[in-house]
Amino acid sequence: MAREMTGAEMVLQALADQGVTDVFGYPGGAVLPIYDEIFQQEKVSHVLVRHEQGAVHAAEGYARSTGKVGVVLVTSGPGATNAVTGLTDALMDSIPIVCITGQVPTHLIGNDAFQECDTVGITRPCTKHNYLVRDVEDLARVLHEAFYVAANGRPGPVVVDIPKDVQFATGTYNGTPNVRHKTYRPKLKGDQAAIRETVELLANARKPIIYSGGGVINSGPSASRLLRDLVKATGYPITSTLMGLGAYPASGDKWLGMLGMHGTYEANMAMHDCDVMLCVGARFDDRITGRLDAFSPNSKKIHIDIDASSINKNVHVDIPIIGDCAHVLEDMVRIWKARSVQPDKAAMEAWWGQIAEWRKRESLSYKSNDDVIMPQYAIERLYQLTRDRDVYISTEVGQHQMWAAQHFHFEEPNRWMTSGGLGTMGYGLPAAIGIQRAHPDALVIDIAGEASILMNMQEMSTAVQHRLPVKIFILNNEYMGMVRQWQQLLHGNRLSESYMESLPDFVKLAEAYGAVGLRTEKPSELDDAIKEMISVDRPVIFDCRVNKLANCYPMIPSGKAHNEMLLGDEPEVEEVSEAGKILV
Amino acid sequence: MKKSEDSESHTISVLVDNEPGVLARVIGLFSGRGYNIDSLTVTETEHEAHLSRITVVTAATPMVIEQIKAQLARLVPVHSVIDLTVSGPSIERELALIKVGGKGERRVETLRLADAFRARVIDATTESFVFEITGRTNKIDQFISLMEPLGLVEVARTGVAAITRGPGGLTPE
Repeated sequence: MAREMTGAEMVLQALADQGVTDVFGYPGGAVLPIYDEIFQQEKVSHVLVRHEQGAVHAAEGYARSTGKVGVVLVTSGPGATNAVTGLTDALMDSIPIVCITGQVPTHLIGNDAFQECDTVGITRPCTKHNYLVRDVEDLARVLHEAFYVAANGRPGPVVVDIPKDVQFATGTYNGTPNVRHKTYRPKLKGDQAAIRETVELLANARKPIIYSGGGVINSGPSASRLLRDLVKATGYPITSTLMGLGAYPASGDKWLGMLGMHGTYEANMAMHDCDVMLCVGARFDDRITGRLDAFSPNSKKIHIDIDASSINKNVHVDIPIIGDCAHVLEDMVRIWKARSVQPDKAAMEAWWGQIAEWRKRESLSYKSNDDVIMPQYAIERLYQLTRDRDVYISTEVGQHQMWAAQHFHFEEPNRWMTSGGLGTMGYGLPAAIGIQRAHPDALVIDIAGEASILMNMQEMSTAVQHRLPVKIFILNNEYMGMVRQWQQLLHGNRLSESYMESLPDFVKLAEAYGAVGLRTEKPSELDDAIKEMISVDRPVIFDCRVNKLANCYPMIPSGKAHNEMLLGDEPEVEEVSEAGKILV
Repeated sequence: MKKSEDSESHTISVLVDNEPGVLARVIGLFSGRGYNIDSLTVTETEHEAHLSRITVVTAATPMVIEQIKAQLARLVPVHSVIDLTVSGPSIERELALIKVGGKGERRVETLRLADAFRARVIDATTESFVFEITGRTNKIDQFISLMEPLGLVEVARTGVAAITRGPGGLTPE
């Protein structure tokens, strides 16, 4: 039904028609007409953040924990530039975001007007697509198209830049168009011949492994279910990237744990030694492969990805399958089940026997300590004391993030929100706010480090204002721990600028924000303190003082292969090669 | 990006929606990911359908060439991507305007060579010519190198335009 309305009204109408209930944003001169419309309606509620980066991360947390598109609203100039880190984060981790930015009126564009920046120019490389809407008659179509592009194919952030005069101008709103994009139509079904060939390859494998990633989560709950079906039908071991945790349950007996730089010994060794590798919705990132020329040297590789540009980017694969994980897995499971011949029993027994040997290394073990809280122990206790609850975890970036990935175990998808690709310190708190907004009754915990949390600490104010009782669990070792770990490994133990001086008193800081602060230093008091944190129905900052010098193991140092892992119980590292040092 | 040993030159045609910023997207893709652009031409080719055709000549390893095509294809306003170097017989042409100065005997030699290369004189003074020449890139390169000792002043080139032979065409998917 066509109706006349202003551009600003169209924005709210389009959001409502897209089923959007929550927007994360920050007002400013160039978006005032839209904020005026927000004030006069009730379908879309607004979460006021304290910095635009926080708005995007909050929308990411919201999107990743629900499968919906996250929506951001910010002003021109600094509003848009502050959003850039969040947009890049969403692009790297394939998170569907629509970010509406205000812009100076069209007649001032290019004049260096107050709070003007070239938003579409600046955000072009950090979005999946972006638009500058110069005519109000294009606005409704562009808004709906933005949602389509953000959510379909490989998801990603989309920016819609709307000059202020366009927000005031009147145009026709045509309702939700039947979106059939003229150019962007991603392929969902995989090639049937390739899928049949894959099933044959899998069935004849003697040392198979399934390696899944964030694409399975993005594909929706049915993809995780089908992945579990495939693992059950084949009986093959499965590992996952950081982004894919939860797609297969950590309690499953086929689970090898996470792979990659800080993955388990058994997962990385199985990747190295396998003869058939099925990669489902992952992208052979450098954190996964280690040294490329020694990556799984003897395997046939199959790669399922909705993005053709991920195929053969880093690693050459034998069978590429371009399509959506759920669609491809559905076909794969069906063809597997229709096939009467089962895998070679003796070969499977030998393979699982080998895996059992690797598991005996207990690569995630650490020296326990009765006087000081070990960071791994803190995560373990946090997991044990929250596992029966409706719990969602976000993290910041660094050692705590890897310990969380190793020691907190996920049974379901969409429960684990972390900045994987970009590695954005400051992600976790705003993400937790977005998650809590989407799941008001759930227990939402940001597992943090004391350095990362200070990067977006101001969002504590957002949590308090909107009564979002997020729990910030800081593993406080007074170091940028991962930076220090690399300096110890690669730079002769010269700890340049990685010590956190002049830290705030986190308990007082929490109180200053009107939240609750807790602190624990003794292992014996940890459980009670965690229980207290859970029982508080308000935002909490938990300052968990941990062993200051613990490092994160196992680890594949830069430039090393999967079978050259460092395990925690081994003495310090041999020299890392020059080629390895220049890697990040 | 350093050209490696097994680097090969490919001519890629990209059919795009002629919307603002589309060329910046393509160029940004090449610079951001460290691919080479040896030549780039772009202009609107179908006004009614709002389509532009971008022809890029790039050099890279076969694996990177595949990457470039996949990266181009996933840009939202891109209709279709074709690698003319591998898709069957195709024709490539480039146009150049070449200014050569000189007096006396050298002018005679300049004109004789221009004639051999079928370069047309489109401007002349008593001490200069401007030639228009079309052809494959290497033909133009060769003509320019011959003109150098004869008084080459400056060169303007369009970059490569290319199309497949035969009845088939590059259409929006």
